[in-house]
Amino acid sequence: MKNNLTNYCLHLADTILIISHRNSEWCGHGPVLEQDIALTNISLDLIGQARNFYQYAATLIGNNCDEDKLAYLRDPAEYKNHLLVELQNGDWGVTILRQFYFSCYQYYFYQELQNSNDVQLAAIATKSLKEVVYHLRWSSEWVIRLGDGTEESKTKMTNAISILKNYIDELFIMSDEETELLHSKISVNLNSIQLKWKQKVNEVFDEATLSFQNSNNLQTGGKNGKHTEHLTSLLAEMQTLQRTYPNSVW
Amino acid sequence: MIIEKNSTLPEIKKILESVCDPEIPVLTIADLGILRHVQIVNNIIEVTITPTYTGCPAMDMIAANIRLALLENGYSNFKIISTLTPAWTTDWMTEEGKRKLLEYGIAPPKGNAGNISTDGVECPQCKSTHTTLISEFGSTACKALYKCEDCKEPFDYFKCY
Repeated sequence: MKNNLTNYCLHLADTILIISHRNSEWCGHGPVLEQDIALTNISLDLIGQARNFYQYAATLIGNNCDEDKLAYLRDPAEYKNHLLVELQNGDWGVTILRQFYFSCYQYYFYQELQNSNDVQLAAIATKSLKEVVYHLRWSSEWVIRLGDGTEESKTKMTNAISILKNYIDELFIMSDEETELLHSKISVNLNSIQLKWKQKVNEVFDEATLSFQNSNNLQTGGKNGKHTEHLTSLLAEMQTLQRTYPNSVW
Repeated sequence: MIIEKNSTLPEIKKILESVCDPEIPVLTIADLGILRHVQIVNNIIEVTITPTYTGCPAMDMIAANIRLALLENGYSNFKIISTLTPAWTTDWMTEEGKRKLLEYGIAPPKGNAGNISTDGVECPQCKSTHTTLISEFGSTACKALYKCEDCKEPFDYFKCY
């Protein structure tokens, strides 16, 4: 049981850390200064959320484990994040669409996790949800602005929908560990949030004059450590300092 | 040398309530509602604080400043506890804190937690409510960037949380 909970925390932390890292790659490269700052501020919120889950996982593991060891010293096959978040940023449209999908996911996920029987998970969820409300509004407005924008922006958004379509369903597939935790009312029932997620996406897509595309080749395996090659290069960059100079601190 | 003083809880509270936020130095951690609880248990001062935003980089600095304030005043026997529940909210910001924020040039949160409306935010310069949101996120995650359509000044708005 404790193992399941640790792995669940790591899965949540990894997913949030990786999307946060991807977004941070835009720092200094955003299309306009205000949006560059907006996306990096979202990254900062997400790093904070990831830290909370890593810290909790480290407490469960014990043996002087800490958040930094979990983030900087695990190999790609040990990472349990969704594949969606490790994909390369692509253009601004792909980044925006992914953030919108993810914020929408987090919004319904945290609403459920707030009621978890695990008090620490519930506490992190209640706090994080306050932040995700703003992420969701920001990313929704950008999907609408680009989808219902110029011919070029609409084409790019349609292209983004196509690029990400095979990585969405994985968000809603329960691992065996999660199903076991659900019996103790600790984890979130992903089936129950899938419909809400889809409704919200459709609502925003309607306003953005965009059409949802269903998956035709589902990609999955992230929770079990099976990743795309993109995670390897991401971690190589993110972990380089700790790998080169072990135990170095600020 | 640090001398452990034998003083009362109100004195210790007064010291802690004067610790300022490193990001918005006109506000104290009491104004912001970050300082949750102070008590003495078995001669150890227990200071409970709660983070504002999960990723707020000011939190480590705040803990360091608390440590410093206590040490400077001769207290070395203390413990700083960080708690997530209940989750911090802008509803805990004091009226005094909101007034100081406005004077500093940042529009204070309008309404209660959960109010994410962007309408009717008051310009800290000319008090006009004829203002427009420029960006959901300003210089920090807790603020949004606005401009005043009357006096044309840009300003930060402290969002409800």
